[in-house]
Amino acid sequence: MNYVVQRLLTFPLILLGVSVLVFVSIRMVPGDAITAMLGTEAGLLTPAQRSALAAYFGIDQPVWSQYLRWLSGLFQGDLGISSIYGKPVLAIIIERFPLTLQLALMSMVIALSVGVPLGVFAATRNEKPSDLIVRMLAMLGQSTPSFVIGVLIIYVLSVFFGFVPAMGTFTPLFVDPLASIGQLIFPAITLGFAFAASVTRISRSAMLDVLSDDYIRTARSKGASQRSVVWRHALPNALIPVVTLSGVEFGYLLGGAVIVEQIFALPGLGRLVLDAITQRDYALVQGTVLFIAFNFLLVNLLVDLAYVALDPRIRIGGR
Amino acid sequence: MQKLLRAFLRHPSGRIGLTIIALYLLAAVLGTLGLTPRDPLKLFAIDRLKPPSANYWFGTDLLGRDTFSRLMVGIKQSMIIAFSSVALATLFGTIIGLLAAWWGTLWDGILMRIMDVLLAFPAILLALLIIAIVGPGTGTSVAAIAIVYTPIFARVVRGPALSLKQRDFVDAARTFGSSQPYILSRHLLLNLVAPLAVQVTLALAWALLTEAGLSFLGLGTQPPTPSLGLMLAESKNLMTQAPWLMIFPALTIMLGILGFNLTGDALRDILDPRTQRREA
Repeated sequence: MNYVVQRLLTFPLILLGVSVLVFVSIRMVPGDAITAMLGTEAGLLTPAQRSALAAYFGIDQPVWSQYLRWLSGLFQGDLGISSIYGKPVLAIIIERFPLTLQLALMSMVIALSVGVPLGVFAATRNEKPSDLIVRMLAMLGQSTPSFVIGVLIIYVLSVFFGFVPAMGTFTPLFVDPLASIGQLIFPAITLGFAFAASVTRISRSAMLDVLSDDYIRTARSKGASQRSVVWRHALPNALIPVVTLSGVEFGYLLGGAVIVEQIFALPGLGRLVLDAITQRDYALVQGTVLFIAFNFLLVNLLVDLAYVALDPRIRIGGR
Repeated sequence: MQKLLRAFLRHPSGRIGLTIIALYLLAAVLGTLGLTPRDPLKLFAIDRLKPPSANYWFGTDLLGRDTFSRLMVGIKQSMIIAFSSVALATLFGTIIGLLAAWWGTLWDGILMRIMDVLLAFPAILLALLIIAIVGPGTGTSVAAIAIVYTPIFARVVRGPALSLKQRDFVDAARTFGSSQPYILSRHLLLNLVAPLAVQVTLALAWALLTEAGLSFLGLGTQPPTPSLGLMLAESKNLMTQAPWLMIFPALTIMLGILGFNLTGDALRDILDPRTQRREA
């Protein structure tokens, strides 16, 4: 079967699977939903009030019909009501998402603009001391968790520069672009650090692969300069694995901002998930997890489609 | 086996990686046996926030507990969680991947689509979802990391298993009347050891990272049991007065992950001759 068609057909199927998984897992939480919602106040309910509430939220119905109701709500953009905020889950997500998106985009820009040149540089100096140093740094970078980098950055800034990064607040990009980027720059470095290291490694090995190809030898033999061979002939092909990595990684950045947003006290989507989990706001957990998984899947689908556009061999041969 | 070890010791990153892992395992064993310089839970009230000295090698924390001893127990905790979760993930992932490849068509489709659903979540998010259901703790961390990694092992096994299945020696074994479990374990699994070994080592690095991340968020190992992530998180408010509380846990986490990453890379170079020249 055509790869693109197959990919497009399985996408809704997996999305459906994800929704079942999220729904079922929240139902597996011990204790009943009303107690979870009201906390200790649930003890004050009379049995009649309790069953009225159950009927109101539809939890007196069988599980599959609850699922169908929830699913049809999803299609209408109804993700339920958050018990912490008393607002529709979707509205809260829309409020928090721009920060996380901007953070992910900024870390990606940082990672690519550091990682690709470093990787290319190392590849052109294969096995020389400068290559070994870049590789060591990349290995070290890949082994450093974001929370270690984040804590170290805050430490260095506050002890050596007497500067405390802005925490807890966020200016939207369209209100004041400079302030907005300034607020997110250290969190973005934190989040992009390990990513930059993997970009360096991938672009280095992709570049080495491409540089040993026949067409590069042809280019060299017709007298192209080293600079033109590396940047004009080799780089476009060496970038294909980098594109794939970036796509997958971008999905992770959207979800993985949890820890970084926690360190820098940023009111983004990751922090929202964490708050929802620690405060047992199940509608919010369900909604945010589903939203992030949806984005993750969508980005991966787009990357795969872009990959097909870049490399026609996949279109014909299947996987 | 001896040949492998010798190749390992010739490989620079393999040598460093193995040394680090050996040191961490030693610390974990000593931590388990209670052979730490001091009692990791005991409060030395008069010695609060002492900088590193001959008495307290890595200093003490706000409650006067010895950082070095706490790090040893933290390493033990991390190692137990990492090894048991990766063992579970390897077991289940391998079984699922093998069966999907062996049974083929319908079962392959069903099993691998379920794996795709699990892979649709960013790893940390899936772990958080599981913690939201079961509540935080050591067992939950193990289960969460195992569930996150199972589909990855299933994929690593399924691909090569599919191509092995069509090789002549498997056909021959079937013609001779070998039983299915025999073919699966003898002919398929044995040939999958190399890719699995690489994946296991890299998974261990990732499991250490995730365990530290979860306990950093307060959702992993619960106090008073020392854990590397929690020690780092607690150091945040004291970093100007007591930087040693931050530096040592941070280095311990980094070095441990580095050790497994280096070993994994070395394994890949040694076991996969194609990449040998390039990435060595």
